[in-house]
Amino acid sequence: MEDRSLSQRLHLDIPLIIGLVLLCAVGLVVLYSAGGQDIALIYRQGMRMGLALLLMCLIAQISPARLARLSLWIYLLGLCLLVLVLVSGEIGKGAQRWLNLGFIRFQPSELMKLALPMLLAWFFADNHLPPSPGRIFYATIMIVIPVLLIAKQPDLGTSILVAAAGLSILFVAGVSWKLIIGFSVTAALSTPVLWYFMHDYQKQRVLTLLDPEKDPLGSGYHIIQSKIAIGSGGLYGKGWLNGTQSHLEFLPERSTDFIFAVFCEEFGLMGVLLLVCIYMFIIVRGLTISLNAQNTFGRLLGTGLTLTFFVYVFVNMGMVIGQLPVVGVPLPLISHGGTSMLTLMIAFGILMAIHTHRRLLSD
Amino acid sequence: MPAEFHLKDAGYEYLVISRRIYFAGMMMFLLGMLIVIRVFFLQVVMHDHFTTLSQHNRVKIQPIAPIRGLIFSSDGVLLANNRPSFSLEIVPEQIKKMDQTISDLATLITIEAKDIERFKKQIKKKHRFVSVPLKFNLSDDEVAKLSVNRHRYPGVEVVAGLNRFYPLAENLAHVSGYVGVINEEELVTLDTSNYKGTTHIGKLGAEQAYESLLHGKVGHRQVEVNATGRIIRVLDRTAPVSGSDIFLTLDVSLQNLSVDALGDKRGSIVALDPNDGSVLAMVSTPGYDPNPFVNGIDSKSYKKLLASKDAPLLNRALQGKYPAGSTIKPFLGLGALDFGLRNIHDETWCQGWYSLSGSTHRYRDWKKEGHGHTNMINAIAQSCDVYFYSLAHEMGIDKLHEFLDKFGFGKKTGIDIIGEVAGLNPSREWKRKAYGQAWFPGETLIVGIGQGSSLITPIHLAVATAAIANKGKMVRPHLFAYARDAISEEVSKLHEPSAIGTVEIQNIEYWQQIIDSMTEVTHGARGTARRVGSGASYRMAGKTGTAQVIAIAQDEEYEVDEVAEELRDHALFIAFAPVESPKIAVAIIVENGGSGSSTAAPIARRLFDHYLQGEG
Repeated sequence: MEDRSLSQRLHLDIPLIIGLVLLCAVGLVVLYSAGGQDIALIYRQGMRMGLALLLMCLIAQISPARLARLSLWIYLLGLCLLVLVLVSGEIGKGAQRWLNLGFIRFQPSELMKLALPMLLAWFFADNHLPPSPGRIFYATIMIVIPVLLIAKQPDLGTSILVAAAGLSILFVAGVSWKLIIGFSVTAALSTPVLWYFMHDYQKQRVLTLLDPEKDPLGSGYHIIQSKIAIGSGGLYGKGWLNGTQSHLEFLPERSTDFIFAVFCEEFGLMGVLLLVCIYMFIIVRGLTISLNAQNTFGRLLGTGLTLTFFVYVFVNMGMVIGQLPVVGVPLPLISHGGTSMLTLMIAFGILMAIHTHRRLLSD
Repeated sequence: MPAEFHLKDAGYEYLVISRRIYFAGMMMFLLGMLIVIRVFFLQVVMHDHFTTLSQHNRVKIQPIAPIRGLIFSSDGVLLANNRPSFSLEIVPEQIKKMDQTISDLATLITIEAKDIERFKKQIKKKHRFVSVPLKFNLSDDEVAKLSVNRHRYPGVEVVAGLNRFYPLAENLAHVSGYVGVINEEELVTLDTSNYKGTTHIGKLGAEQAYESLLHGKVGHRQVEVNATGRIIRVLDRTAPVSGSDIFLTLDVSLQNLSVDALGDKRGSIVALDPNDGSVLAMVSTPGYDPNPFVNGIDSKSYKKLLASKDAPLLNRALQGKYPAGSTIKPFLGLGALDFGLRNIHDETWCQGWYSLSGSTHRYRDWKKEGHGHTNMINAIAQSCDVYFYSLAHEMGIDKLHEFLDKFGFGKKTGIDIIGEVAGLNPSREWKRKAYGQAWFPGETLIVGIGQGSSLITPIHLAVATAAIANKGKMVRPHLFAYARDAISEEVSKLHEPSAIGTVEIQNIEYWQQIIDSMTEVTHGARGTARRVGSGASYRMAGKTGTAQVIAIAQDEEYEVDEVAEELRDHALFIAFAPVESPKIAVAIIVENGGSGSSTAAPIARRLFDHYLQGEG
């Protein structure tokens, strides 16, 4: 019998936990400032974080093999729930995303962020790699259906994340470069056709999305405010709680999507470097776990989940600094809110499970 | 062997995956660096720029609404104008207790419930830092009171703007239409970025049809404001583009004359230029004053308009469906010629009534004694019903429907403002669909004199009349003449074809024969409108019509004075002049006016005298 450390027996990965707890701490600190120094808000968010961390540890107890077996059912359940949402979901914030089950409200699209990579990882691990064209085709369908269902809600941000989760598995599984480039070129070429079929006001909305500063009275305003806040932070920031709230008073999303702007303003470039390092640390740990996983399923799923995490961070930061379109993606563990945090923590729980559920060498 | 194979496979798979993982890791690192570099750029390179902007001041972006284009008639009369006005606007973000603020303001000036209701609805839609109007058209008194108390209400502004005004009110209401406050349905398909800062949009008439020309493009400015909201300086400004002025084909003097001619009667007049379909006058009486609609008419007045049995909100020219009555006869006569059923000189015997073989039911002629031997010219000139009963019977409903269909009866003309409805050109299929019954021969006779289920709108009647004047060309009626760009003064017309079709017949001679018959109506010794044509210095062609509103039993007399007003026949008249090269074609309907020749026809003479000779 191998000698297992305490952390392994408890199925926990210390580095990952340290990174995540650090991130949560930073999140609470920034949120206090962005949330108008509302201590009750911090308590609530802290509770959510604690619960999420607990959930993560619980999920880590589940062996990846079991997850692999359940992946198809979870995926199908996710699809059913997505259809249910479209048909009868509760309307919150102008889009149909929530299902109210009486005692709990939850977003099926969040479930998909986990279910899709799990399904794809299981699907590819089943056979040899790189996957055959047939498999790739089926995988594409498995990605497209939920993405379309989510985009129809409409929830552009989440559909992008789900698509990213799926595509990253495809990438890691070794789909040939020729195919990747070929597909990208076809997608690029077919955009003019799509453009032709759009109504004028839809075209206007797309243009505004791509260049928000062309709509200074609408979403462009957020970007302008955001950049002022960031730029004025300078090298060392204005200091905690010293951000000029007057700019961001007009940003209703200052404690959620645009919280990074508050962070930059108060902690400056130095703060940003530190934050980026923490994120990098977590991502590197995720990739390491995936590299050292015992089987293909673990490797694929681990990388997929890590890549998804990266996409969250990259898209949110990119949007806040005015480089990417405004698509409503929160900054992991910093932005206020609970649903994506739960999903992320479950993902990390799965990562820890992948790392710690090793079969004995004698197998 | 299998074990080896398995091992090699796993090794290869591991290689594939790990290569990809390394690649992904590298990409993520690079992208992360890109973010850091960009942040560096903002926070270090552009630091001073952004610091200046952040110091103690706020940057606000305000829309600058464009000035709406004006609407003119062809004779240069202003139909829609912008008048300076002040409105009370509130920036919701800056108000802590909205209800309290509103009731405080209500102690200074009157604020109506409907204003508050509309205001509350709009707050939900707009961004919180854009000001929302609470009340329009403040009086000078109100402006003064608000300005004096301004310091007590940060976030409450008196904003100078322009209010749309229609100087010709009732006479032009159906043509100009009006603008009104933008509502929720309109917001869905609106280009919201171009309409920021705009509160009103065209709802009916020319205002609606040419909204995109009239509106212009919104501008914006970036301003610095201090803590109390006062503007310190303007950082950046993009000027709005004013809307283009539009010129309509309407002749206002003719329009006013038409309204006057109809007096206090309900009715409609449409006058067109037969050459290209320009609408010279389009009247529906009684009209209504569109000005109260601009900022929201109060419900009491609105209910009054709705409840009035004269239906002032109905645009009779486009939406009034009437039996054509005898005005249909020239068209049917043409049909008979075209189908070869009769020629212009064939005579029929009119004894004052007509029966179908095998039936005792008598279809009466308006002249009890009958017209005697009647050919087509006389039948049109004197409006002989019996001639047309027999003509319709010979034609049969199918050919009749087919021929009238060439004139587009039962379809819309496609005039360039909204609200037009199609008339009804009855046929066998129509009756089967609508009533589940077969068509009876007796009904064909009734349709032959323009009664029964056939219905037409005044605009269509005018277009069909113009088609006779044109010997076949069906023009597209339009109110729009041209637009004039606000800055460049460049004139632009719309490129629409002026004709919607041609009525093709076998022999173009037939057109002239019908025109001659119609000229007999107004200039012949026994024409039903001979009094109208007498003494005119030009020749006109026309046809009177008297459309029944209620059915008269076989042997009853129809005494106009004894019948209640709303049950009296409608008076119709169609005409064009000068006959040799027509410049104007009209369709006139006076509801419950009694006889076409005594009530409707004289109006045409007044209109023609004015238009052709500048009189009256």
